[in-house]
Amino acid sequence: MKTALRDITGFSWRALTGFPTRTILMLMAMAIGVASVIMLTALGEGARRYVSNEFSSLGTNLVIVFPGYSETSGLNPVAMVGTTPRDLTLDDAQVLTRNTNIRRIAPISIGSINASFQGRSREVPIIGSNAELLNIRHWQLAQGRFLPAGDLDRATPVCVIGRNIRDQLFAAQAAVGQWIRLGDRRFRVIGIMASEGRSIGVDVQDTIIIPVASAQQLFNSASLFRILLEVKTRSAIESVKQSTIEILKERHQGKRDVTVITQDAVLKTFDRILGALTYAIGGIAAISLAVAGILIMNVMLVAVSQRTAEIGLLKALGAPQRQILHLILFEAIMLSTFGAMLGVLLGELGCVVIRLVFPALPAYAPLWAVSTAVAVSLLAGFIFSLLPARQAARLDPVLALTGK
Amino acid sequence: MIELSTMQLNMIELNNIHRDFLVGEQKVHALDDINLSIVAGEYISIMGPSGSGKSTLLNLIGLLDSATEGTYLLNQQDVTALPDNEQAATRNKTIGFIFQSFHLIPRLTAAQNVELPLMLAGTEPDQRLPLVNKAITEMDLADRAQHRPDQLSGGQRQRVAIARATIMQPKILLADEPTGNLDQKSGQDVINILEQLNRQGITVIIVTHDNNIGERATRQLKMLDGRIESDQTLSQASL
Repeated sequence: MKTALRDITGFSWRALTGFPTRTILMLMAMAIGVASVIMLTALGEGARRYVSNEFSSLGTNLVIVFPGYSETSGLNPVAMVGTTPRDLTLDDAQVLTRNTNIRRIAPISIGSINASFQGRSREVPIIGSNAELLNIRHWQLAQGRFLPAGDLDRATPVCVIGRNIRDQLFAAQAAVGQWIRLGDRRFRVIGIMASEGRSIGVDVQDTIIIPVASAQQLFNSASLFRILLEVKTRSAIESVKQSTIEILKERHQGKRDVTVITQDAVLKTFDRILGALTYAIGGIAAISLAVAGILIMNVMLVAVSQRTAEIGLLKALGAPQRQILHLILFEAIMLSTFGAMLGVLLGELGCVVIRLVFPALPAYAPLWAVSTAVAVSLLAGFIFSLLPARQAARLDPVLALTGK
Repeated sequence: MIELSTMQLNMIELNNIHRDFLVGEQKVHALDDINLSIVAGEYISIMGPSGSGKSTLLNLIGLLDSATEGTYLLNQQDVTALPDNEQAATRNKTIGFIFQSFHLIPRLTAAQNVELPLMLAGTEPDQRLPLVNKAITEMDLADRAQHRPDQLSGGQRQRVAIARATIMQPKILLADEPTGNLDQKSGQDVINILEQLNRQGITVIIVTHDNNIGERATRQLKMLDGRIESDQTLSQASL
C-alpha cells in the first residue's frame, strides 16, 4: 500500500465525521455489544466471587470429617446425609488434636429438642460443640461469652443461643444468666450470637449451641455429626486430609469409613459451576457483537452506495482497486475500534453502577471478557466490512462517476 | 524506424475501436470502429448530440472504460487490456480529468481535494504541500484553499478541479462538459485556463455541446452514432 497510514487515517476520519448519523449508529451498535459482554460477565464473575467469599466466611483452611464413605469422589449427597457404618466419636476427635498441623478442632453433634423458658417453648435445632467453633467459623457474639474451653467430655450445663431464639423465648427480657430447659435438663444462657453468624445449611440465629458432651448426654448418643479441623497453613491441607484418613482408618479396625472433604473441594465445585455460567452468559452477550457486526456490514454497504461517485472519482484520480478496498476496510476498523473503546467505557461504568446498587456483589469484569469482547468486535468489524469494501473496489468507474 | 526522426509520434492511437453496451437484450454500439491518432500538445474538441458516443470515447481514452474490440496505444504502449493497478497508475500520472459536476469531495477543503492525487500516489506529505500551494495559487484560489466546496462558487469549484487534475503534471487533460454547470463568465475563465495549459504543452481534449467552445479547438471532432463524422484541423494561421 503506497498511501501513508497517516493519510488513510485522516481520510477515514474525515469520512466518519462527514457522516455523523451513520457513524453514531454504528458506534452505538458496537458499544452496546461490547458493554453488554462486559457487564454480563461482570455479573457472573461477581456471583462467583460472592459465593467464594461466603465460603471463606465459613472458615479458612477448613477440613471437614464426617462418618460414612462411598467410593465416589467430590461432594456426595448420600455421604453428607450419612448412613453410618461406624460412629465418629469424641475419642476420634481427641486423637486428631495430636496432629501439629492442625490449629483448631471442633467436634459437632446435632439434634433437635424442645426448649422452654417460663412457659414459652419451641422445638430448636441444637449444635453440640466446643469453644473452638466460634473461631473456626469466624462467628461473632452479640453478648456474653461463648462455650468455655476445656475437656471435650465435660458436660457443662451452659448454652449460647441464636438471636431469634432469644427473641422467641425471652422477648424483651435479658437472656444472659437465665436458665432455660432443653428436654429434661437445665442450661444457663451465657451468650447470644450476633446476626453476622451465618453458615450454609444452618442458620445460627435459630439454633442453640451447647458443649458437645452435654449434647451427647441430651440425645443419648456418642456419635458425632462432623469434626471440623482448621489447618495451620494452606499447604498442609492435603497432608492433614491424608493423615486424618489414615488415623481414623487405624482406629476403626483398618476400615475406611469416614469421608474427609476440604473446603477447597467444595469451593472448586461452586467455582466450576459459576465459572461455566459466566462463560455461558458471556457467550450469549457475544451474540450481540455478531449482530453489531452485521449492522456494520449493512451500514457500510449503504455508505458505499452513498459514496459511489466519490469512489468513482478516486478511481479516476488513480486509486487501484486494492487502495479503495483498504480505504473502506480501514474506515470500518477505525469505527469498530472507537465503538469497542466506547463499549469498554460504558461497560465499566455499568459495572460501577451495579457495584453501587448491589454492594455485596463484586461485579468486576474479568480481563479475558474485556479483551475478548474488544477482539471479537474488531474482528467482526473487519470481516463484515470485507463485502462492502470489495463491492466498492469493483465498482465500474464510469457508472460510479455518474452516481449509478 | 527511419521515419521516427521525421514524423511526430502519436501520443494516442485508437485502432478499430468498438465499444458495445448491453441495454436489456439490445446491443448498443456506443463506439463503432473508431480510428483516431492524437499527437502530443493537440487541442481537441469532441462535439455531437447526446448518445453519439463522445463521453464514451473520452472515458476510453482516460482508461476509465475499455474497448470491446480494437487496440489502444498510449505513448506507443498497448493499454487495451492493462491490469487494474497499472491502469490506475497511468490515470494517476498521465491523465487529468475534469468533470461537468466537478466531483469534489464535499467534506474536504479545496487544498485537500487538490492534494488527493498526490496522496493516492504515495507522495510524502512534506513534498505535497508546496505542490498544492503552487497549484492553488496558479488557479487564483490562494484565499480559498481552506474552504469547503459548498463555500465556493461554481467557477471556483471547477478551478479547484483543474488544480487537482494538473497537480500530477499529466500529459493529457480530459474535460467532459467542463462548462456545463457554469455561467457564461466562469465558463469562459475555465476555457481560458485550459487553453493556457494547452499552450504549456498539455494535450487537451474537451467534450462539449457548446459550439462556441468547441470551435475554439484547433482540431474538432464531430461524432454521430458512435462514429467520427468529421475531423477538422485548423491551421495555426487561421487562429
